[in-house]
Parts: sequence; structure tokens; C-alpha cells
Amino acid sequence: MKSKISAGRIIIYVLITLGAIFMLLPFLWMISTSFKTQPEAIRIPPTWIPLHPTLNAYAEVWQKVPFPRYIYVSIITTVFTLLGVLITSILAAYAFSWFEFKGRETLFVSILSLMMIPIPVYVVPLFILVQRLGWIDTFYALIVPWSVNVFSIFLLRQHFRSVPRDLYDAAVIDGCSRFRFLFTILMPLTKPAIVTISIFSIIGSWNAFMWPLMVTNADRMRPIQVGLAYFAQGETTNYPALMAASTIAILPLVILFFVAQRQIVESYARSGLKE
Amino acid sequence: MKRYIAPFLLLLPALTLLLVFKVLPIIYAFRLSFYDWGIAGEKGFLGLGNYISLFKDPFFWQALINTFYYAIFTVPLNLIFSLTIAILLNRGIKAIGLYRTIYFLPVVTSIVAVSVVWKWLYDPNRGLFNFFLTSLGFSPLKWLEEPRGIFEMITGLRLPYILKGPSLALFSISLMSVWKSLGYNIIIFLAGLKNIPQVYYEAAKIDGASPFYSFRNVTLPLLSPTTFYVTIMTTIISFQVFAPIWTMTGPPPGGPLGTTSVIVYYLYQKGFEEYQVGYGSAIAFVFFLIILAITIFQKTYLEKKVYYEV
Repeated sequence: MKSKISAGRIIIYVLITLGAIFMLLPFLWMISTSFKTQPEAIRIPPTWIPLHPTLNAYAEVWQKVPFPRYIYVSIITTVFTLLGVLITSILAAYAFSWFEFKGRETLFVSILSLMMIPIPVYVVPLFILVQRLGWIDTFYALIVPWSVNVFSIFLLRQHFRSVPRDLYDAAVIDGCSRFRFLFTILMPLTKPAIVTISIFSIIGSWNAFMWPLMVTNADRMRPIQVGLAYFAQGETTNYPALMAASTIAILPLVILFFVAQRQIVESYARSGLKE
Repeated sequence: MKRYIAPFLLLLPALTLLLVFKVLPIIYAFRLSFYDWGIAGEKGFLGLGNYISLFKDPFFWQALINTFYYAIFTVPLNLIFSLTIAILLNRGIKAIGLYRTIYFLPVVTSIVAVSVVWKWLYDPNRGLFNFFLTSLGFSPLKWLEEPRGIFEMITGLRLPYILKGPSLALFSISLMSVWKSLGYNIIIFLAGLKNIPQVYYEAAKIDGASPFYSFRNVTLPLLSPTTFYVTIMTTIISFQVFAPIWTMTGPPPGGPLGTTSVIVYYLYQKGFEEYQVGYGSAIAFVFFLIILAITIFQKTYLEKKVYYEV
């Protein structure tokens, strides 16, 4: 009986390990190719560990293409979008959870219904609007329209509401203003939710593609994903350079993922639960 | 009156941005879809003209069929793999954290970078996948450059477009998407599985139920709210596929022979690249109606099968 159970367990481990190897394979192949020379990259049979590892591909990507500039544009966009999302959602969620006013629920439900409309539906008129504002090839176009996020307002409101009313009454007796209550009591108590919306915002901005592709014509205003996509279109067969560029484009988020792995996985798990 | 000022000020930044950059463009998109608006600017009211042209546009129908094919293959494959892996991981695996991390890794990486890497894997001459195939004695495939439908390739018959199945090129993108988003669904399924009380399994075991019987009569019904959520989300997301088409196919993107042109790509091409704003907006609205119809269909038919615990 016992040996039968362990045989079953071995099969489970074999299956999930094979799956895991397949999940990692594209990343390993990307990294391996990025350290090769072009002749070795297209050699058959392929080598897994480069015979003559070289950083040439990275140097090429760094010098020939304005990758440092792309990274700078992406960082600025990500940081300021995050700030915008935090400010707009914290304030709106506070109004929706701790203030009484007429039409509050109706307004909240109307805002929620906006989540049902996918971006491609209105992306062309949005582009025309941004163009008329003269924002093409500026950071405004990359940041401002995405500085508000309905899901973030929703998630924070749910968490703000769960904080007991007694805390507020006690704070008021101690002479605490409504603003101090938000910053010193409500926000520290709902830190996991604030971390969650920050993670979604960072990952979303860094990986955004369609919108930045539309609003940036000048090479110096391209975020990294758009820069990489154009680079890939031009250099279709320079595999080491393509893989080096891809490695650079995913590296910041992979580092973030390994640092804040538990928070990220839990954030995504939470996003799927009905509350 | 005074008590309205504070919430109004708090809501002001969010509401202004939503109004200007979301509500207005949505209304505008709806309005534009009834106008003749091309490169030369607005040329007048057309009524349903754009919608009628759309109905007669063979490229639109091709993009629509391709999108459905893409979703029909991506969604079930994703569900089957993610549920299987989640169930295996849920069986008291050691180092579950490590496995979860590995399966989740593609979710946080950029779709553009992933597309560039997979294009290299799919390369017909030097790619790793063809190297594996030829090493195992199979003939190499053209992957992203193969316009033939997969049913056509399997049966060897000449079939009409709608029966050909997705081209191997589109199917290759499907496979990559499954790999890319599997981890998200695994995490959601794992959370759902954790919510199933262990007592049900113990009761089933005492009654002598086989593992398959427990899976069929305990796991599946109790997991159905999660499965329902995952199905809707994965479907909606797969209808919006864009970046891999732009990055991996062509030139021009959408190739070979238009077999990877999907609805959001066609919308981008018409509304943005060709600046046929009115026509593009009509595509956008048909796209929205399709997503809405699918969501309503899934809510009315699939949700009946969902077992919500009382």
C-alpha cells in the first residue's frame, strides 16, 4: 500500500517538474542565446551553454540602439502613473467608503460598469483626443490617461469599508481630523491592498504596448516595449542581440518579482476572489 | 451643502480623469461609428453605412473567424492545463512555493519580449522547436509562416476557410499565450481549491469513492465558481490579443495570408494606421457587442451549472 502511494507521488513530481522545465525553457534559451556569438547562435545542433560566452550582444544593444533612453522613458512613465493611480484611488475610495452623500451608490456602480468596456473599444477616439491636446510624443500621453484605475478604486473601497467605525470615533475624540485619520489610521491598516494596486500599476505600465505604440513617433519617447518591438522588426535575424534586448526588457520586473514574490502572487490570487 | 464639499473634492481627480479619458472617448467612439471620417477628416453623417460596409468586408469576417478560432483553442487549453497543474500542486507537494513561482514567472514578463523569444523558438530553419522535432524524427514545421489550417494539415483535405481551423501560425500564437498566462489561472485555481473543505474528501473516501469520483463529484462542483470566473476572464482577454500579432507575424503583421489578423489588430489597422476613424469605430463597437454577448451567454448558460455553496 505504502509503495503504491509513493509511486503515485513520484509521478506527480515528474509531471510538475517536466511542466516547470517547459515553463523555464524559453527563458533559459533567451539567456543562453544572448551570451552567444551570431555563428554559435545559429549552429546546429545548438549548444545550451555558450562555448565562448560574450557580452557583445549586450554592448551592441546598449550602444547601437537607444536602450538606456527607452528604459528611462519606461521608468518615468511607471513611477508617475503609479503616483497618479495611488492619489486618485486613495482619495476616491475614501469618499466612497467614509463619507455619506446623496447618489453615492449610484455613482459607484456607474464607475464600476466602466470596467466592462475594454480599452480597444475607445482607443482610437482617445488617440484623437490626446493628439488634439498636442500630447503626441510627450510623457503626458503616456501617463495622464492611465493615472486612474477603476479596479484600484474598487479594491481599496472594499478594504477601507472593512475598517471598524469605532476606530474613527475614538480618533475623533482624540482630536483627529478626517485627513489625519486617512493617513495615520486607514492607510496603514489597508497596506496589503495598497501594495496590491501598486503592483498591478507597475506591471501594467512597464509592460504596456498598444497605447505607447500609438502615441510615440519619436524614438526618444519610446518606452522599452515599443523600442524592443521596433528593434525586433528591424533586426530579424540578429538573434543574440534580440535575446539580449528581450532580457533587458524583462529583467526589472523579474527582479521585482523575486524580491516581492509572495506579495505579487497573493495580489493576483486576491484579484480573482469575489469579495 | 457643506457636507458635499469634502467628498466632491476627494472624488474630483478620479472623476475628471475618468470623464475626460474614458467616458468621453467611449461616447465619441459610438458617435463616430455613424460618420464618414477618413484621412480628410469628417465628411458627414452616414447612418449605418459603416456597419453595412463592415458586413460586406471579407477582411473583417476573416479577422472575426480568426479571433474566434484563437479563443476556442486558447481558452480550453489554458483551463485544462492550469486546472491539472493546480490539482497536482495542491496535493501536499514539497517546495510548492518554488513550483508556483516558476509557473507564474511568464505572467509578469512583458508580452513583447516573450513574443520575440518565441519567434526565435519557432524559427523554421534555426529554431529550437524544429530542432526537437527533427531530432525525434519528425519533419520540421513552418510554425509562424504556415498559412494552412491545422485541420487541413491533419486531414490533408482542401477545406473551406471556416472549416480549416486556425492556421498553424495562429495556433502557434495560441500555444504561446497558454504558456504565458497559465500561471495566473493556476494561482486562482489553487486559491479556489484551498477553499474546498477537506471534510468532503474524507467523507467521500469513507464511502469508498475513487479519486476520479471525488474529482467529478466534489472538486468540480465546489470549484465551479472559480472555474466560471476563470473562463469568463480568459475568454475576454483572448479576444483582445494584439501584441503577439504585431510582434511575431508578417511582415506585414496579420500574415501569412491574413490568417493571424484578429479583430483588435484589424481595428488598429483601420482606425489608427489607415486613419479610417469612422470605420474603425464601427469595428470597435461590433467588438464590444461580441464581448458583451459572450459575457451574457456565459452568465446565463454557464452560471446555471455553477454550484454556489450556501
